[in-house]
Amino acid sequence: MVMGSLRQEAELVVVGSGPGGYVAALRAADLGREVVLIEAREALGGVCLLEGCIPSKTLIHAAEIVEGAKAAEALGLRFAAPEIDLERLRRWTDGVVNKLSGGVAQLLKRRGVEVIHGRARLQGPNALSIQGAGVSGLDFKRCILATGSRVTPFPDAEALGIWSSRQALALPEIPRRLLLIGGGYIGLELGLVYAGLGAEVTLVEFAPSLLQGADSDLVEVVIEACQRRFAEVLMDSKVTHIARRGDGYTAQIQRRDGEIIERAFDKVMAAVGRRPNTDDLGLETVGIEVTAEGFIPIDARCQTQIPSIFAIGDITPGPMLAHKASRQAKVAAEFISGEPSAFDNRAIPAVVFTDPEIAWTGLTETEARASGRPIKVGRFPLTALGRARTLGRAEGLVKVISDPDSHLILGVGMVGSGVSELIAEGTLALEMGARLEDLMVTIHPHPTMSEAIMEAAEVAAGSAVHLPKPR
Amino acid sequence: MYSFKLPDLGEGIHEGEILKWHVAAGDRIEVDAPLIEVETDKAAVTIPSPVGGVVTAINGAVGDVILVGAVLVTIEDGQATPPIAVEAPRPLEAPRSLEAPVTPARLGPVPAAPATRRLARALGVDLQAVPPSGPAGRVTRQDVERFAAAPTGPELTRPKLTPPELTRPEPVGRAEAPTPSGPAAAIPFYHLPPMPDFAQLGPITREPMRSIRRKTAQRMVTAMTVVPHVAHMDEADVTELERLRKAPPRRGEEAGGLTLLPFIIKAVSAGLRDFPQFNASVDPIKEEIIYKQYINIGFAVDTPRGLVVPVIRGCQGKSIRDVADEALTLGEAARRGALAPHHLQGGCFSVTNVGAIGGTGVIPTINYPEVAILGMGRVQEKPVVRHGEIVIRRMLPLTLAFDHRVADGAAAARFMTQLVRRLSDPYALLLEI
Repeated sequence: MVMGSLRQEAELVVVGSGPGGYVAALRAADLGREVVLIEAREALGGVCLLEGCIPSKTLIHAAEIVEGAKAAEALGLRFAAPEIDLERLRRWTDGVVNKLSGGVAQLLKRRGVEVIHGRARLQGPNALSIQGAGVSGLDFKRCILATGSRVTPFPDAEALGIWSSRQALALPEIPRRLLLIGGGYIGLELGLVYAGLGAEVTLVEFAPSLLQGADSDLVEVVIEACQRRFAEVLMDSKVTHIARRGDGYTAQIQRRDGEIIERAFDKVMAAVGRRPNTDDLGLETVGIEVTAEGFIPIDARCQTQIPSIFAIGDITPGPMLAHKASRQAKVAAEFISGEPSAFDNRAIPAVVFTDPEIAWTGLTETEARASGRPIKVGRFPLTALGRARTLGRAEGLVKVISDPDSHLILGVGMVGSGVSELIAEGTLALEMGARLEDLMVTIHPHPTMSEAIMEAAEVAAGSAVHLPKPR
Repeated sequence: MYSFKLPDLGEGIHEGEILKWHVAAGDRIEVDAPLIEVETDKAAVTIPSPVGGVVTAINGAVGDVILVGAVLVTIEDGQATPPIAVEAPRPLEAPRSLEAPVTPARLGPVPAAPATRRLARALGVDLQAVPPSGPAGRVTRQDVERFAAAPTGPELTRPKLTPPELTRPEPVGRAEAPTPSGPAAAIPFYHLPPMPDFAQLGPITREPMRSIRRKTAQRMVTAMTVVPHVAHMDEADVTELERLRKAPPRRGEEAGGLTLLPFIIKAVSAGLRDFPQFNASVDPIKEEIIYKQYINIGFAVDTPRGLVVPVIRGCQGKSIRDVADEALTLGEAARRGALAPHHLQGGCFSVTNVGAIGGTGVIPTINYPEVAILGMGRVQEKPVVRHGEIVIRRMLPLTLAFDHRVADGAAAARFMTQLVRRLSDPYALLLEI
């Protein structure tokens, strides 16, 4: 057999093995489909697992241990400055990633999903070519595209040796002075990692605030934290010029007041967003047109305009989040298998693993006010919460956005230590069509952070026992 | 002068059947007072009057099917008629059934749990149309099930779920034992055991119950659960009728035989006039018998998609030839799958002629909410005794299945005896109808 000349057939082919692709393959296999999964990389798991959520959360945890040790001083616990063994930390992170990636491979194998490593491109509504594999192509009945997204390149990044988030996650070194361009969630998370590991971080963000899309009352708390942890936080500012100088860089930064300052840095990292991987998929051969931003339009079943082809995850409109992709994956796999599935979710929770964390679900207060609909917001500050006090983490708040007439919950937002674990309750409330009373009468264990949701619901309904009586 | 048109009643609804007029021509009506009740294939809706004034004309009688956009009523409201018809306002009231609470106006998506939404999708139910029983308009699983089981259920809106070539009989996750809930839970000894694993015994295939199959299943389970059936049987001597129908009197250029069906329908129609208890429905909530002043008779048609029962309306005013022509047209349309919803609605009584395929007799199941159905066996030559002699006659076995809540065996015997007499003596039949 000549390599590359063989064509194969499959009932369902999934392109990409991230949290969209591998979940789609597993679910479809469970429903009796014969599934082939194509992955361009060596390892399975996609960006999220290999160079995104998982390694970044591992490093964030490490940085938080350092911060926690510093904060312990207030409690009378004094630790020596940490010695950071970068090689060991890298190995630890790799170990976490490898275990999870191997787990995905095992799950696929046990269900009889065939994995082909190579780059797939569509050739027609029922055919694709594969480059770099033992088979040259594949004929399918249905295809689920789950090719994810990649870092938006920063101008001249390669020539200047500027890190992307992907390179920064590999932890090549801890620079003394780090210039961080971009105050979105990726930039902030990584900036805090490097700050925790000892770098002096200067953050430059073009927009007047950080974390576009989140409510300003939540973001404010994170900005304060960043201002404490970073050397400088420059919003409404832009880097006008970067040049290499010696081992490092000089950068000119135009500040809010118009003044251009010049600073020296040892390293520069740019985190200016991600773009969908739809440009090299052969979409034009089947006539699938992408939006101006490169997204593939889909319906509630994740079906594209070509009925045999489905798209899920970062290549579809909406937030680029792993959990959105996984839910879409199940919808597409189930619909293809004849189940009455649809992506009718009422909320896609968003979580930012800064310290403190930010999370929101459903309508944000900004969106609700912009839409002009009447809302009633209950805000509960963590200063009034026992558990937050015991942790020495009283900064932050939880708010519940509700409809004033029906008391239906429309959105939940929060900022505080560990709130990423609390947002699921808000999302469940939205999916179930819960009202404020449902959160209020549900017993929340004491003393936990989760009580803040119950309290915020009480505030929205006008009766919180743990706040001063409203006059 | 205000011309009020049947407004758009929601997604996918193009027509409605008039259930009740709250006004007559000449009545004074206040703005927002109930004007008319219309039944769509989703729910019954009360439409309020958009203006106040004097009703000058109403269009359509109870039982008529009217299209969205058709003028329902004209009201003299003291305003000059505008040169262009004014867009009719949407009724403020959401579709609802009689026992359900009034739906509050909804802003945004219908509150319902994810599993409930999934069930609604599976049953092809539009959540917006389901009367909610939960707080803040929350739709529960039971609300969806009740709505889907309603006789005017959502069959026609059921979505096509999947590209057909990939829909295989699905062996996944369907074997769990259902827990009885609702009224069934209250029936002593009621037990629905889990399906045995038939695949252990040999190869099987599975096929989802959709569309007509599912609808038939729902109707039959409803009928057999709530209606106490009694079957009354007899035989009609159709020797003379057979002779007549094979060579009917000519009308103009037309010639050729007729089937037995139109004669049966006309004979039944005459019987229903004399025995109104078989042209009725039971309102189990109000505990009232509803007698119908019109005679619409459905007849069962075997189609590639399953059993359908098109309805011939106003049988009392139609000739045997009219009925024969209409039955032919409707039967053809049914086999092509080209019937409109109104062709299948509004029946008072059903006739099934399964005997045309074969069978010495049949005990049919009532087409709920009707209260009686006539089943025909195969016409066969049989030895019968006439005036002490054994003669060969063509005999038609008949079974009247009826609802014992509204009628008793004696009435059924009288109805059947009269029917047998009319069929046995077609010349008398022709004079009586």
